[in-house]
Amino acid sequence: MAKNKQTEAPTPKAGLFSYAPAPESPAAAGEIATSYGHFIGGEFVDSSGSEALKTVNPATEQVLAEFAQGTDEDVERAVAAARKAFTDWSALPGSERAKYLFRIARIIQERSRELAVLESIDNGKPIRETRDVDLPLVAAHFFYYAGWADKLDFAGYGANPRPLGVAGQVIPWNFPLLMLAWKIAPALATGNTVVLKPAETTPLTALRFAEICRQAGLPKGVVNIVTGDGRTGAALTSHPDVNKVAFTGSTPVGRAIAKQLAGSRKKLSLELGGKAANIVFDDAPIDQAVEGIVNGIFFNQGHVCCAGSRLLVQESIQDELLDALKRRMGTLRVGDPLDKNTDIGAINSAAQLARITELSAAGEAEGAERWAPECELPGAGYWFRPTLFTGVSQAHRIAREEIFGPVLSVLTFRTPTEAVEKANNTPYGLSAGIWTEKGSRILWMANQLKAGVVWANTFNKFDPTSPFGGYKESGYGREGGRHGLEAYLDV
Amino acid sequence: MSETTLSVFKTYKLYVGGKFPRSESGRVYEVSDSKGQWLANAPLGTRKDTRDAVLAARAAVKGWAGTTAYNRGQVLYRIAEMLQGRREQFAAEVALAEGIGSKKAAALVDAAIDRWVWYAGWTDKVAQIAGSSNPVAGPFFNLSTPEPSGVIGVVAPQSGTGFSFLGLVSVIAPAIAAGNTVVVAAAADAPLPALSLGEVLATSDLPGGVVNLISGKTADIAPTLASHQDVNGLDLAGAIAAEGPGAAVELEVLAADTLKRVIRPAADQASLDWTNAPGTERLLSFLETKTVWHPMGI
Repeated sequence: MAKNKQTEAPTPKAGLFSYAPAPESPAAAGEIATSYGHFIGGEFVDSSGSEALKTVNPATEQVLAEFAQGTDEDVERAVAAARKAFTDWSALPGSERAKYLFRIARIIQERSRELAVLESIDNGKPIRETRDVDLPLVAAHFFYYAGWADKLDFAGYGANPRPLGVAGQVIPWNFPLLMLAWKIAPALATGNTVVLKPAETTPLTALRFAEICRQAGLPKGVVNIVTGDGRTGAALTSHPDVNKVAFTGSTPVGRAIAKQLAGSRKKLSLELGGKAANIVFDDAPIDQAVEGIVNGIFFNQGHVCCAGSRLLVQESIQDELLDALKRRMGTLRVGDPLDKNTDIGAINSAAQLARITELSAAGEAEGAERWAPECELPGAGYWFRPTLFTGVSQAHRIAREEIFGPVLSVLTFRTPTEAVEKANNTPYGLSAGIWTEKGSRILWMANQLKAGVVWANTFNKFDPTSPFGGYKESGYGREGGRHGLEAYLDV
Repeated sequence: MSETTLSVFKTYKLYVGGKFPRSESGRVYEVSDSKGQWLANAPLGTRKDTRDAVLAARAAVKGWAGTTAYNRGQVLYRIAEMLQGRREQFAAEVALAEGIGSKKAAALVDAAIDRWVWYAGWTDKVAQIAGSSNPVAGPFFNLSTPEPSGVIGVVAPQSGTGFSFLGLVSVIAPAIAAGNTVVVAAAADAPLPALSLGEVLATSDLPGGVVNLISGKTADIAPTLASHQDVNGLDLAGAIAAEGPGAAVELEVLAADTLKRVIRPAADQASLDWTNAPGTERLLSFLETKTVWHPMGI
């Protein structure tokens, strides 16, 4: 699945849907250094250790840059820098903190093309998504929380709510810059300082963000970026002088962090995995639902914690819906992330590709029926065809485990009550989708579903004003909106 | 300033519908500094100019109220950006208008810039503090959200610390942050900072008609706004006349005919200090709460 014999870029079928290549220029990403250190106390510094990691372009497998594996000593320095900066930063009037964040938001807007291209190169996601989704949301998130910085008294947490101190933040590789924004913007708005560790496969945009902090004149040490793998993350989350830990990533790691922090005074927020049900009733507008299903599972190669990875379709329309869905999947364009017509880019890493491949094989082995449209995949790089499984039972691994790839498991139901039971039959509870023309049913379903975000007749919609986060083992705490402030306030 | 070349005077004009018309009256009046020295001629805006401005403000409501809160916030922030670049010009005008030193005036302009930033941040948060989900006793979804009232008439502050510009910004910004459009009766004796503000607004991505600025006699302009059938709210911040057509009580009576939402002036305007942090009164006064019910059921 991963690599076939073709070496050229995928060429779409000729005819109605053929497009000429429309490549974005990689040069727009700006200069990528051959090696990077950390960003500590407002300076780019070398690691105390000598171990370096490599980040590759998952669409070509070419090494983009080397970066430092953060040591305990590096984390120590970064936390110390954040602690030192906290005194002045937290004492700054909210209106002044706001203006720094507004500056950052504006510079991100100015440099959004550069950041979008860099993100696509480092992550493998299509430029259409980084350009139209990630970057606008990143800027909007800073803009939104900038406005809160001097309005905390009005946020519903009592008068003069206080920051926590130093926040240690660990983010995943699926939305590198967006997750950075979700973490840093509310933390800074509320008067905390941060040490952030980006994922080891996607460190480049976080390091570029460090430059933006410098352009904005942000006081030294307010934002510190330490790169590395899980060892660096563990050093950060367990550091005794960290007051707040925020983690987005897998449920097993989230669980480990919660255990690690047991007995400490650290405040913890976790945004973890999901296995969302996307529920389609017989009165749903089929074409609209198909678009929503496709967006729900194939957006960002399915590397989305809230992806609609379980399609629950009412039995009476199963055939009609699946026919339409397969037709639509046949038009998805898999390939060069920098081509503006690409729908599905590269899988982020060899390890992730192996996991998707393994779980899909388990799906077949357990008896589900696999289908994927014909499409050519590039020779180099990590790729996976958009795939759906029918005949899936609730016991199958592909119905229970988070695949985090472009793989959809289709189950059926007959009554709304059965749909609710199946949708809730998971330890996760991050999101859900409902497709029906009947308003009262949408609201009844939304009321029954144990999920932190419920999309009705839409899917995968995000906005800085809208709280995001899960029930049950999808984590706790909310990011976004007024609710997102609470995670960074001593309340 | 070179002493060898003659400076170019600015012709001060009204700001209506995104354009800079002279008054339909063809008349001006003399504006002097606090020592009585002539500064400039300001257009003598009339009742007709005011009605024209209300038309422009009404025409702008749909677009401005329909703009996303996020975009409104960016436009307000843009105003702060533009104002920062003209800081010196406004400081000079404020110093003359209020009879204060240049340092003090500059601080007041800085505060006005910060006030735009403060309200830029409010646009997408008003609904989050003024709206609510209501736990009604039944199987219903019930959600209250604020919407802008529409066209607001504003009698700009005419006294108090910082009235000529910071005070002006403090009454315009909350109304438009919430999605309203405004027609402003500029401070009659100190209208120049207000008229110059129009030049900033015109270059800040603010749609024409969202803010309209009229200089002239308060006794002409304010009653026209108060009695106008198509004005939804009235901010009487600067209604200082004790009696007669410009007095607050007269204006409130006129406003009652169409049940306008009214913000009454402070009891003692002269001792007002516009540098004080604003609360949310002005932000929340010109909002209508809309509550939506919908049944929940299979």
